[in-house]
Amino acid sequence: MDNNLQPAALPAEELRQLYRLVTAVRQLDLAAIAWQRQGIIPGYAPELGQEAAQVGSAFAMDPELDFVFPTYREMGVALTMGVDMTAYMSTHKASWHGGLYDPVQTRLAPIQAVVGGSVLHAVGWAHGQTLSGTRGVALTYFGDGASSQGDVHEAMNFAGVLKAPVIFFVQNNCWAISLPTEAQVAGGTVAARAAGYGIKAITVDGNDAAAVVLATREAAAHARAGHGPVLIEAMTYRRGPHSTSDDPGRYRSLEEERRDAGADPVQLLADRLLAEGIADRGFLDTALQDANANADRVREGVMQLGTRPGSEMFDFVFAEPTEALKAQARAWREESEHV
Amino acid sequence: MQAALNRALAEILAEDPKAVVLGEDVGRLGGVFRITDGLQQRFGADRVFDTPLAESGILGMSVGLAMAGFRPIPEVQFDGFAYPAVNQIITQLARMNYRSRGTLPMPVTLRVPSFGGIRAPEHHGESLEALFAHVPGLKVVSPSSPHEAYHLLKHSVARPDPVIFMEPKSRYWQKGDVALDDAGPLEGAKVVRPGKHVTLVAWGAMVARCLAVAELAAEDGIEVEVLDLRWLKPIDADGLAASVARTRRAVVVHEAPLTSGLGAEVAALITERCFDTLRAPVGRVTGFDVPYPSGDLEDEYIPNIDRILFGIQRVLEYRRG
Ligand SMILES: Cc1ncc(C[n+]2csc(CCOP(=O)(O)OP(=O)(O)O)c2C)c(N)n1
Repeated sequence: MDNNLQPAALPAEELRQLYRLVTAVRQLDLAAIAWQRQGIIPGYAPELGQEAAQVGSAFAMDPELDFVFPTYREMGVALTMGVDMTAYMSTHKASWHGGLYDPVQTRLAPIQAVVGGSVLHAVGWAHGQTLSGTRGVALTYFGDGASSQGDVHEAMNFAGVLKAPVIFFVQNNCWAISLPTEAQVAGGTVAARAAGYGIKAITVDGNDAAAVVLATREAAAHARAGHGPVLIEAMTYRRGPHSTSDDPGRYRSLEEERRDAGADPVQLLADRLLAEGIADRGFLDTALQDANANADRVREGVMQLGTRPGSEMFDFVFAEPTEALKAQARAWREESEHV
Repeated sequence: MQAALNRALAEILAEDPKAVVLGEDVGRLGGVFRITDGLQQRFGADRVFDTPLAESGILGMSVGLAMAGFRPIPEVQFDGFAYPAVNQIITQLARMNYRSRGTLPMPVTLRVPSFGGIRAPEHHGESLEALFAHVPGLKVVSPSSPHEAYHLLKHSVARPDPVIFMEPKSRYWQKGDVALDDAGPLEGAKVVRPGKHVTLVAWGAMVARCLAVAELAAEDGIEVEVLDLRWLKPIDADGLAASVARTRRAVVVHEAPLTSGLGAEVAALITERCFDTLRAPVGRVTGFDVPYPSGDLEDEYIPNIDRILFGIQRVLEYRRG
């Protein structure tokens, strides 16, 4: 772990901003689980414990230049990037695969259900920056589980060969559903693999938002300067279930969870802010109130998301629809009497 | 159906020491659908094991295990995650017997929770049957009830060739009797409801829906025969022809997109064998040529009762031009 990344190296205002963000993510995440239990959304992939890794990494990116490739668990990244959270949550409402936000405008690729699915895209996008002489950096998220996919190895090799400006951001949350990292990653860490591809690696405490910001800034500077890809392995812990349909009691005990999870990222930052006099209780309370108000607003938005019109099913298959597909759309309309 | 599959796997593992179950989360968790529940506790982690998260790896590994004399029963967690395994399935699993001139048979049964109907995220509701049925060297089967699930799984695993076993996940929690000692014929199609005006051909979850349609149609005096195709490769052309020879009209119902779907194959087989007796062109009621949609639009996509009734009406009212 790179322990010379001290939080004090960040300006106080940034630390306060980080705290507001991790709190907003925490409250929205907890709310989304409740919504699933209340039947407002059919499913959700919680990220309890991964707030600092997500917020910190996204916080370090330049929204004008860079492009981010999430998985299905990057709500905190989306929130930090300023994505409309109702549009983001629509994917969990089962409105639209990938979410209803605009990836081009937000610089956040559509939500990705295939593990490791977008890691190669990030390399392609990054190499595109090299080809067109632009300065963007791609940031791609994946888990310790996804690091087993062949695509991820191909991506690291391509990026290494091409010196592509891409950051491979591994949230090692210790679990891929029921499989712990030691049964998933031979050699024990994903970061160790980077060396084989000639890629710089950084291991960081993923519970420490400030440390994650610094690590990601360092990686982005490295990539932007043309020195090639960086792999960041943020050590986190997925507290609670993998998804709302998972039962973690089948593969670990609550006691193990408490023992292994490490510091709570939100609490850790709160303690530091107080200890260093960067914020007071009142500030923390206001952050919590704002976070809850935000979650309530998103809830309202999600409740008001109507069912998508069925005709949209046909609208986006092609940029240039075929006659055969148009005929199917017409037949669908007649048969469903949705004229 | 979940219990029937679980029991079948337990019996297979007990009977054949060379049978192994492998996949993501199949061990301690018992699979995300609990199909392998309790098997690791009972048979040990050598027989039922969790793999790293790599579908190509799981299938490639199965090929090697089969070469070493084992009988692998791999699982991919959801249909859409069979795509990363497609390379190993098509370029290796399906043709090792051929490549080795019969010296390396591939007794591998790949279990794939399949099809939609559970409001799941992207890639959790795909219909891959046409893709796999097109590949020489693979057999494809889909059970429609707990009884079929139990017996077809045991039968598939006992075969010396690779079988893609497509489990209709929307039927996992469906209850039903399993006649343990009376499998009935395990090859070919099966008439699950006799009728005389039209044959509905279906498989997997669509069989139950077609039975519901037949019930409704009966109120209007239309006697619908429902044929559970079961084997999607090889397709039981004789069974199809026998049914359509009686009813003289047929409609194929599937969740997969229309174009180049298995409905086209079924229609061609019926036309080849029943051209003279057919009263109408074979109808198709299917999903559309669109990616399997999000939960909100699922009911618009999967053939519903109205659309199937429409399909029946079209072939009943057909007049030669
Ligand atoms: C290719 C593929 N295979 C299987 C799955 C099913 N699945 C979803 S998440 C998951 C575990 C992923 O673990 P990891 O990459 O560590 O990320 P985490 O969920 O822990 O954030 C699995 C097996 C999938 N989404 N994609």
